Amino acid sequence: MIIGKRREQSTEIPMASLPDIVFLLLIFFLVTTTIDAEKGLDLVLPPAQSDMLEVSKKNLTNLLINAVGEVAIDGERVEIRDITRIIKESLQKNPLLIVSVKTDKLTPYDVYIDVIDKLKKAEAKRISLAEPEEN
Amino acid sequence: MKFTRKSKVSTKIPTASLPDIIFMLLIFFMVATVFKQFSGLKVSLPDAELVKKIPGSKRHVVTIWIDRNNQVVCDDYQVDKLPNLRNVLYEKRVTDPQIIIAMKVDKDATMGIVNDVQQEMRKADALRVNYSAIPGVF
Repeated sequence: MIIGKRREQSTEIPMASLPDIVFLLLIFFLVTTTIDAEKGLDLVLPPAQSDMLEVSKKNLTNLLINAVGEVAIDGERVEIRDITRIIKESLQKNPLLIVSVKTDKLTPYDVYIDVIDKLKKAEAKRISLAEPEEN
Repeated sequence: MKFTRKSKVSTKIPTASLPDIIFMLLIFFMVATVFKQFSGLKVSLPDAELVKKIPGSKRHVVTIWIDRNNQVVCDDYQVDKLPNLRNVLYEKRVTDPQIIIAMKVDKDATMGIVNDVQQEMRKADALRVNYSAIPGVF
């Protein structure tokens, strides 16, 4: 029986094309990646009805927006651009103030975003959304 | 006039570390890529001044689209009846407790539908919202 002699072949993996493969992968991931970060206004919704909190009246400001986008703070009609100033003043008087925003079914969404934006600008941290009326 | 002689220093750029650099770039893009992308609905977002980036990774973001015809889409799920949205959100919340809802609402939509969706979100205990908006200059 003849046992074949071990051949002295080199068993190296060719590395010359490695950069090409990596380049290909790189280009693939470059094309599929979207770096556009989502941007927007943060808000934390109040928890569901079951654990409702009692808030004393003097810490609460009602902000109403009606169907045509007019805004009222505590029953007084105000312009949207004045919201920041008014809320800032109220916050200076009472830092624990909660702003409760209530909207109509037909309130345009961009007015709502505008109001939230103005409240953020006034540094109102405690923004609450009032329960919409059922009817 | 005498010209300086060309120096005989070799002017090759060392390319031995090129694969390393490419690998680094590759790893960056691999980590940054999120394959989950949904087509959603066509909406024109409102403008806002104080927009912020959604904190944390994109992996925790659930997107809800609402267009001007009151259609609602949550990631890849077309919501036909609003109470179904609660279960969808609840399941997402169970699998990932730190989800943030990105609301992409058309600026011509009305608050009626937005409030209804928000009520469902509250019932599903998904309370962190981010109203997507375009940074505008006022």
